[in-house]
Amino acid sequence: MAFQAPIATGRSATGIPTGRLAMWLLLASEFVIFGGLVVCYLLFRMHNGYWAVEASHTNVYAGALNTFVLLTSSLFIVLAHHAADAKNDTKTAVKYMLGTVGCGLIFLCVKAFEYTTEITHGYTIQSNPFWAFYYTGTAIHAGHVVAGMTAIYICSFDVAKGKHLNRVELTGIYWHFVDLVWIFLFPLLYIAK
Amino acid sequence: MGHAEHGYGYYVKIWAILMVLLVISILGPTLEILVVTLITAFGVALVKALMVAAYFMHLNIEKRYIWLLLIGALLFLAALYIGLAPDIQNGSGTNWKRCNAFSDAQRARVVAEGKHAEENHPGISHFSVVPGDTDCTSQRWAWTPGFHFGG
Repeated sequence: MAFQAPIATGRSATGIPTGRLAMWLLLASEFVIFGGLVVCYLLFRMHNGYWAVEASHTNVYAGALNTFVLLTSSLFIVLAHHAADAKNDTKTAVKYMLGTVGCGLIFLCVKAFEYTTEITHGYTIQSNPFWAFYYTGTAIHAGHVVAGMTAIYICSFDVAKGKHLNRVELTGIYWHFVDLVWIFLFPLLYIAK
Repeated sequence: MGHAEHGYGYYVKIWAILMVLLVISILGPTLEILVVTLITAFGVALVKALMVAAYFMHLNIEKRYIWLLLIGALLFLAALYIGLAPDIQNGSGTNWKRCNAFSDAQRARVVAEGKHAEENHPGISHFSVVPGDTDCTSQRWAWTPGFHFGG
């Protein structure tokens, strides 16, 4: 019989599975990354009235579409978790996971369209501090979207084989966080004028 | 965790409420009333975020250790705000003065002139007016509406 290293799948002190605890620890650090950006944005925004005019050049419809897409993707991944956890239905879980990845792709396409329009109209990261915040915030967020999509896609292969079903929940928690960040970026960068 | 008792319909219902809130957050600010904008854009965003965290991330049934972890992260953010706000929110302090520390009246003028410039020259990316203290020599705090990084 081949030797298999023991894996600590649960933390007896907290009663929380190791993977989930680790994911929340990761998200606590992410809170400070995105929170720091948002806090700095708010501090500058309150002091620079002219940013309202700059913000009026962002595309509200594209931002709203992306909010719709991300909220829907959150529904898909929670349904994938529900299918894997409650019903052990791996086929449905994979279907919803791939749906989430698809939503991520739509989000990135809309974002690429926005970037292209803005840059061709002269609004670049160097234009002024508002656009510097805009591109920094949305690009870091888009990076997280790509990371989430990659993780969900890779995990879907194991889930299809009925293995590591707990990872649907873990990648799902991460994906919801990506959605949460966008929920705050949307009014800050697109709506407040 | 007790996720199993929630069915498909439960999550779809949460999503439907989030969609209604999204529509409110888009339509509210179109009224251009400051209080309504604050409530519909930021108040509703907060509600949406809490709903996603509570029902999709299952924080409503998560153990208290996770809550403590997140509250700890939020305290760091509060410390960041409290640490930075005195310098950024004030226009001047001991041995320093910020060039773009406009008064409310100046700020209103800048916005008005910017809108006027936009109407006459669609597509401009910054203001042509540079109000503020011209005596400032510090590049670090010389951010003005016409400022460009890297010159």
